Amino acid sequence: MNGSKSRPEPAKGSRPRASKGPRPEPAEGSRPRLSTAPRRSFVASYLNDIPRSGIRDFFDIVSARKDVISLGIGEPDFVTPWRIREASITALDRGATTYTSNRGLIELRRQIARYLGQAFDVAYDPENEILITVGVSEALDLAMRAILEPGDEVMYHEPCFVSYNPEIRFAHGVPVPVVTRRENGFRLTRPMLEEKVSPRTKALLLSFPTNPTGATLTREDVEGIAAFAQAHDILVITDEIYSELTYEGERVSIASLPGMKERTIFLHGFSKSWAMTGFRLGYACAPVELSEAMMKIHQYIMMCAPILSQKAAIEALKSNVDTDEMRASYEHRRNFICAGLNEAGIPCHVPKGAFYVFPYVGDYGLTSKDFALRLLDEENVACVPGSAFGASGEGFLRCSYSTDLEAIKEAVTRMARFVARLRKG
Amino acid sequence: MDELLKLLRANALESPKNLARMLNSTEGAVKAKIAEYERTGVIRGYQAVVNTDRLDVDLVRAVIEIKVTPEREGGFNRLAERVSKFAEVESVWLMSGTYDLLAVVTGRNLKEVAFFVSEKLATINGILSTATHFMLKTYKSNGVLMVEEQPDERLKVSP
Ligand SMILES: Cc1ncc(COP(=O)(O)O)c(C=O)c1O
Repeated sequence: MNGSKSRPEPAKGSRPRASKGPRPEPAEGSRPRLSTAPRRSFVASYLNDIPRSGIRDFFDIVSARKDVISLGIGEPDFVTPWRIREASITALDRGATTYTSNRGLIELRRQIARYLGQAFDVAYDPENEILITVGVSEALDLAMRAILEPGDEVMYHEPCFVSYNPEIRFAHGVPVPVVTRRENGFRLTRPMLEEKVSPRTKALLLSFPTNPTGATLTREDVEGIAAFAQAHDILVITDEIYSELTYEGERVSIASLPGMKERTIFLHGFSKSWAMTGFRLGYACAPVELSEAMMKIHQYIMMCAPILSQKAAIEALKSNVDTDEMRASYEHRRNFICAGLNEAGIPCHVPKGAFYVFPYVGDYGLTSKDFALRLLDEENVACVPGSAFGASGEGFLRCSYSTDLEAIKEAVTRMARFVARLRKG
Repeated sequence: MDELLKLLRANALESPKNLARMLNSTEGAVKAKIAEYERTGVIRGYQAVVNTDRLDVDLVRAVIEIKVTPEREGGFNRLAERVSKFAEVESVWLMSGTYDLLAVVTGRNLKEVAFFVSEKLATINGILSTATHFMLKTYKSNGVLMVEEQPDERLKVSP
C-alpha cells in the first residue's frame, strides 16, 4: 500500500470533462464539400519525367494472352537448389525469425569475403566493408544515394538493365548513357568513355556480363576502363550479378585491378547464379568510408535483409556443384538458340555471358516494339523489345534462354516462320 | 563425364541435330561419337524412366543383400555374373561394407520374389546368406523425381 500513498493525486479539474449537451452543428454552408475541393497532385514532379518500365508495358500485354511461349523471362528457370532451400527451412524450424545486425549475419559476410577472394581475387573485410542488402536492387539504390550530389553525372553503358537510368534519377543524378554496338559485341572501351566524360562525371556504372546483350569484357578492356577512371578521378560501380554465368573467356572484375578497390563499389547477389530471385538477397562491397555511407542509409530504410534469406545464402556459398550444373545447362541452351536463330536468318551474335541473346531484327521496316508485338500476335512468342533497355536497343530483341529447351525449340521454329513471312512481305 | 554423355543421360531421345547445336558441333560428329560410345560399350542402352507406381500392374521389386564366399580365382566376379544372368534380376552391384552383393529383383508378387530368393539365389554354391527388402514406393529414380515439383508460375516477362 506504500506505493499508492505516494502516488500524486491528479490536480483537480485537469481531466478533460466530457462535454454535455448536443454537439454543436457547423453553421449551414460551412460544411466541407469533399468532392469538389480543389486538390493538387501530391506526386513529386520529378517522378513524372521518369517513364514506366518498358518491361511492365509488355508484361501487361503478354499477361492478357494464353499459351504464350515466353522468352521474356529475366530470371533463372531453375527452382533454387534444394540444399539451399533446405537450409532456409531448417533455420525457420529453429526459430530464425528475427532482425539481424544491420550489415547482415557475420557468418554470411565471412563466407562472402572468402568466396570473393577465391572467385574474383578481391579482398574485403567482413567487419566493415561488406553490407548485405535486399537484392542488388537495394545495393544500387544505396550506392547512388551515398555518392551523388544533385546534378552529378553517372555514366553507364547501354543497352542495359532497365533500372539503372531511373535509379540514378531517383538519387537526383544525371544519367549519361554510352552506347555500345553489335559490331564489337556490345563491349565498352576507353575511347567510348572519353567521348562522354565531363567535369560533372562522378561515377561509372558497369555491368558485365550485360543484361540484355550478354556482352563481356576482355582483360584489356577492363584495364583501359580502370585507367580511365583513375585519370578522371571517377568512382566505378560494378554490378557483377551475372559474373558466374560467363561461358567463355577470362572473367576479370575491375575491383581486382591495382588501385581500383579504393574507387570501386562492388555489387553482387544471389538472384541469378544461385537461382534465388525470390529470396531478395544481394550485397555491396566497398572501402570503409563508402561502405559506412551506404550503411547509414540502409540502417534507416531497411534495417537488415531477411534472416531466412541470409541463412540460405550461407549455404549457397558452401558448394558449387549445382551452380556449375546450371551454368552448363545455360551454355547448352545458349549454343542451341544462337544456332537456331542464325540458321533462321535472324542474325545473332554469340553472347559470352548471362542468359540472353540479343538478335538484330531491324531489317523488316518495323520498330523492335512492333516486331515484338506482331511476333506475339501472330506466333504467340513473347520477347522483350530491345528499346526497353535504352534507345540504343532499338532494332534488337531480347530473348531469354532461361526457359526449358522444348520451349526454346518451338519458339525458334515459330520465329523462323515469322521472319520468313515478313521477308515475303 | 563428357558433355555429350551428360546430355544423353538427361534425355536420350534428343536428336543428333539438336545435340550438335547445343555443343557447337556438327550432326555428323555427334552421330560418330555416339556410334563410338555404343561400339566400345560406354553406352549400354537407352531406356524410359517409368514410374511403375502409376501403372495398374502386378509388380514388386526388392533389394537383396547377399553375402558370399569369394573364390580363390576370380574373386566375386563369377558369382556376381551368375546372379546377374537371371531374368528376375534387374541390377547387381559389388558393395563395400557388411554384405558383398546388392541385387534388385522384380516379380509379379511377393511370393514370386520370395520363391526366387529362396529357391534360386540362396541355393547357389558360395552364397552364404541373403536379406530381402521389398520396395514400397518410388520417389526418385535415375535422377528423375517421380512427382515433378510444381513451383508457382514465373512472371511471363521480367527485367
Ligand atoms: C543487371 C542486373 N542487375 C541487378 C538486377 C536485380 O537483381 P536483384 O534480384 O539482386 O535485385 C538484375 C535483375 O534482373 C539485373 O539484370
